[in-house]
Amino acid sequence: MKSRSATDTGEPALTTDAREALEGAGISRRDFLKGSGALIVTFSVAPRVAGAPAQPSPLVLGAARDRVDSWIAVTEDGRVTAYTGKSELGQGLFTAQMQLIAEELVVPISRVTLVQCDTAITPDQGTTSGSQSHPENFNHSNLAQAAATAREALFRLASARLGLPVDQLTARDGTISATTDPARRVGYGELVGGRKFDIPLDERATRRPRSAWTVLGTSVPRAEIPAMVTGQFEFVHTVRVPGMLHGQVIRPPEVGAKLTGVDEGSVRGMAGLVKVVVKKDFVGVVAEKPWQAIQVARRLKTTWTSGVGLPDQAGIAEYLRKQESRDSLVVDSKDVDATITGAAAEVKATYFYPYQVHGSMGTSCAVADVQRDRATIWSATQATHPLRHTVAAVLGLPPENVRVIFRLGSGCYGVNGADTVSYDAALLSQAVGKPVRVQLLRKDEMAWENFGIAYVVDQRVGLDAEGNILAWDYEAWTPTLGGRPGYRTPGNVITGSLVGFEPEEFTPLTPAPEPTGRLRNRSNAAPPYVAGCVGGQCGGTGIVKSERVLTHTVRSPFWTGSLRSPARLQNTFAHECFMDELAARAKADPVAYRLRHLSDPRLREALAAVAKAANWDSRPSPRTDGRRTGIAAGRGVACVLYEGENGYSAMVAEVEVDQDTGATTVKRMVVSIDCGPISNPNGLKNQVEGGALQGASRALLEEMTWDDTKVTSIDWRTLKTWSLASAVPAIESVLIDRPDAEANGAGETSITVAAAAIANAIFDATGVRLRQAPFTPERVKAALAARPVT
Amino acid sequence: MSAISLTVNGRSYTVDVDPATPLLYVLSDELQLRGPKFGCGLAQCGACTVIVRGQAIRSCVTPVRTVAGADITTVEGLGTIDHPHPLQRAFIEEQAAQCGFCLNGVILNAKAFLDRNPKATDEQIERAMAGVLCRCFANVRMLRAIKRYAREMGA
Ligand code: FES
Ligand code: FES
Repeated sequence: MKSRSATDTGEPALTTDAREALEGAGISRRDFLKGSGALIVTFSVAPRVAGAPAQPSPLVLGAARDRVDSWIAVTEDGRVTAYTGKSELGQGLFTAQMQLIAEELVVPISRVTLVQCDTAITPDQGTTSGSQSHPENFNHSNLAQAAATAREALFRLASARLGLPVDQLTARDGTISATTDPARRVGYGELVGGRKFDIPLDERATRRPRSAWTVLGTSVPRAEIPAMVTGQFEFVHTVRVPGMLHGQVIRPPEVGAKLTGVDEGSVRGMAGLVKVVVKKDFVGVVAEKPWQAIQVARRLKTTWTSGVGLPDQAGIAEYLRKQESRDSLVVDSKDVDATITGAAAEVKATYFYPYQVHGSMGTSCAVADVQRDRATIWSATQATHPLRHTVAAVLGLPPENVRVIFRLGSGCYGVNGADTVSYDAALLSQAVGKPVRVQLLRKDEMAWENFGIAYVVDQRVGLDAEGNILAWDYEAWTPTLGGRPGYRTPGNVITGSLVGFEPEEFTPLTPAPEPTGRLRNRSNAAPPYVAGCVGGQCGGTGIVKSERVLTHTVRSPFWTGSLRSPARLQNTFAHECFMDELAARAKADPVAYRLRHLSDPRLREALAAVAKAANWDSRPSPRTDGRRTGIAAGRGVACVLYEGENGYSAMVAEVEVDQDTGATTVKRMVVSIDCGPISNPNGLKNQVEGGALQGASRALLEEMTWDDTKVTSIDWRTLKTWSLASAVPAIESVLIDRPDAEANGAGETSITVAAAAIANAIFDATGVRLRQAPFTPERVKAALAARPVT
Repeated sequence: MSAISLTVNGRSYTVDVDPATPLLYVLSDELQLRGPKFGCGLAQCGACTVIVRGQAIRSCVTPVRTVAGADITTVEGLGTIDHPHPLQRAFIEEQAAQCGFCLNGVILNAKAFLDRNPKATDEQIERAMAGVLCRCFANVRMLRAIKRYAREMGA
């Protein structure tokens, strides 16, 4: 959005002071405190030992997070500029953060400027991911607390200026006045305009109460959309730097292949060719124009060793079980085997969730301008500040000489190619000494991304005579290789690995260490129905006290990384489908059966609210009309407390299954969500809707595929997904507002429950239990054909 | 390389490029337009859509020489931030976007279809969006925006 976050020159919109200050500082090593600009940017002055690896010092390199001036500036005309380390990813966070600032500082949103994620200007807040932005910036730290501190400071200044105690003052539209005499007033600009606050974040500063909110908590339209629909918005893909060249990469033909030769003669004389760049196993080309770069990359002859060979896709679940593993226990009450042995019945089932693909709409893109000893990278990374350190490592520069500027890419949903393409652009720019833009080809994006992880889950319970759960035993296998590069591991993504960096080390560990401290259920490995007792405290959402949750992490043959609701979605699929099987076995209504085993009041309420809104047909599953042909309709339910502590959601899905073709149509999804106080209701709905549909597309269609040497799902023919012509369900969201609760995440909760709710609806409709996603027509048809004749 | 004349959003340009270059690269690199996007380069996603002779075409696979002299409309040619086209306004009103990367293709496909079929039913509109992807799955809102525009146009 031109007017608020970016200009044609690629610079963020800054106050005049901030701009001058920044130009004065460049990306030099000097501590930068000059001018009257209300921001402090400190750079590390610690000398580096020659040859020593870059030491990650995130809090030294970024703006100091404990100073108000790192977050908030007020200009002479009373405008407010805020600086955030959490970025827009299409989830609406930019606008929500503008609302937060407008609310806390009591200024109209039109007078707020927000600068997001630029290592030279904004505080280091690590990665924008895992639904952590709402909790981190909307509670009692960081951006929200800086804003509250700034408001209280303005009140103190106004109190001195107007000679009235703070409690007789009122703020409105950037002005503070005497409550009883509005003519006695002073504007923010007069109080601090252009100067620093020069105070630390005050943890006692109070947020404006929910009851007073006029901007936060309302459906302010997204700031970017007008520019987006008119083709004016600057994505990372449309960043233009003067003199910019264009690059392409040549990835190995097989997984694990090593480069043996590059025949530069094969492209000599081609139009526009600037350079062929080779560094270890990394091969790229630079040309004057984008199409020329693609032509050269296609023509360039390279030779490689054969790859390492891949396990048979049909047998991947068994393969994962056989690998050396790193084991972890979330809970272990030590009595699970005994309880199950003594139970009236034992029930077991195994679930499988496949590797899946981020498949961003636009392939990943970055622009890099690397000069002799410094670099600027425009990147859509979720980790602007961390990327600075790993780009520095890849280029062999000190991190303080690297500036990373965030620009929105296409929706990434996790570790798509945004980091790796930043390295691609940086390496190519360094090789030619000119700015280079790289946008990956579709096959290069999809064959080499960090895929969403597969999961094999063995579930086992002991039941009493009424079918109530006495003990729950969970054991899972899941693969890992690489992931987010973080501050120090460029080898976690393909390009870093090609130039010789190692991925994060995998160390097998058996047996798992005992769980200590408190329940940590970030992967939702512990089902909602267990008590989650660790260290004498029960932090789970359920009542089952005999509990064991054991995960074996194994080496993956493919790159892996976070994909919207990583592990949580896969585990919730296994938990919520298994719970449905148990309810059916007990001939109990699936909602009622869940409520029997849940203790957490908010999760119970999310479940009850969705059942009510969906007009839930209370009865056991499956529906028993006994027809084995034609269309069968059914409804299913699922619920979760995301990450064990970060937002509640429950979903009812209604489906129709064509029993002759196996095709499943999701007709309706009703989703409840409780993520604490709601910052922007319409924005929240948008997230809930998109998550539910993405979850449904992943559950019904999407699966990454491979042959014996390489990934084969490399475009939109080989990876199926819904288009805008697909029959998508109607979605209704039930927003549960919790004004007094902590802010939780909202971007990944509805997707977490989708696969289970759909599988349960298919079961309700047909009596067929699908324990493997995606629920393709072939798979459903095969399962239908295997139904016993009754 | 050869000089090729194009009319884009009513303005004339002459570019000096390899005539086999797909139109997309000419629009986004030579003319520095921000609307048309590279999504797949394979005519599979719609991100690169532009309107030529009333048809929505996929500029990622359209050699520039085949549209020399033709009138080309990109999403920038419909309306501006201050004066959006009614279809663009419908997207703003419905808040029909997440990352927004697909919007170019979604809007131009709908525009070209409704220009030729102003009385289209909801089902016809949906069918016309085949092969247009939104990986953020803002489908529901986008279809609502398109249908809203179709209704406004008909009214
Ligand atoms: S980029 Fe042209 S259809 Fe995908
Ligand atoms: S809004 Fe992100 S791809 Fe459509």
